[in-house]
Amino acid sequence: MLSRYVDYTRLKEANRKALKGLWNMLPLLLGVLLLVSMMTVLVPRSAYGILFNGNLLWDSIMGSLLGSILTGNPVTSYIIGAGFLDNGISIIAVTSFIAAWTTVGFVQLPVESMVLGKRFALARNVSAFLMSIIVGMVTALIIGVL
Amino acid sequence: MEKKTRSGLKKNGRGYFLLASITLYLLTFFFSPDRMMPILESYLKLILQILPIFIIVYAFMVLIDYLVTEDLLKHMMGKEAGIRGWFIAIVTGIISVGPVYVWYPLLRNLQKRGIRVRFLSTFLYNRGIKLQWASLLILYFGWTYTLVLLTVMAVFSIPQGLITERFTMLSKKKGAS
Repeated sequence: MLSRYVDYTRLKEANRKALKGLWNMLPLLLGVLLLVSMMTVLVPRSAYGILFNGNLLWDSIMGSLLGSILTGNPVTSYIIGAGFLDNGISIIAVTSFIAAWTTVGFVQLPVESMVLGKRFALARNVSAFLMSIIVGMVTALIIGVL
Repeated sequence: MEKKTRSGLKKNGRGYFLLASITLYLLTFFFSPDRMMPILESYLKLILQILPIFIIVYAFMVLIDYLVTEDLLKHMMGKEAGIRGWFIAIVTGIISVGPVYVWYPLLRNLQKRGIRVRFLSTFLYNRGIKLQWASLLILYFGWTYTLVLLTVMAVFSIPQGLITERFTMLSKKKGAS
């Protein structure tokens, strides 16, 4: 009865394409996971704070840069960001850090370039990096007004 | 001779990248041998975490390939798509789960089938809005901050997509001329 509604030939082809796509990506995925694991273990959290110097613009750029390089579960960025805030780092820098953590990926950039194209990957990551600073400023502005 | 696809994915590049990552890992033995096991543990933990996401992505790939024809995709998220394309890119980006690299096979598939660069970029940007972790963001920063941040990110994903498309197309033209 199902064969009335399901085109099995097309479904089989879709399945084959999906498996092929995932199989082709596997070495890249395994490689990027290894890089992520190395970043997480080798870079101590205590080192992050030394980048900030109290200058709003510098701290926003550093926040964005740090968020772009670090990777992992976004919850980690919330915890680190809250810690930065407690240590007197501006809300703009903290927000830029959180936004960059989840939207920019320098660790994944080689893989993104290989899969989606160098031009796209570079343009996307650079614009997301700049946008995270703007998002930080706009968020802080709105919070300040509310 | 290496085979180069439209997106620049070299057949051997994938293997070299994994080899380079393994080489870097092995170098930690010389500089920081005590970190080798923690890195391996973190690596295995990550693999276990992404496995369910991998299965979800596989299911999405099959479904999209089966249900969404080229014409439908181009209509929804191609050159002809307007607000509809933005809406789909923003919503699907927000609801997608897991690390971004697990979604690359699906995104490459969509890119080859004609999805516009701006929507692809906006989808990726909105992946930064993690609704499933919003409760923790609220816990650390409060309701107001969370609502404002997530809204601002969703809104600014649109100019981000436009900028990405502009620069991608510009550099393509420069490369061609």
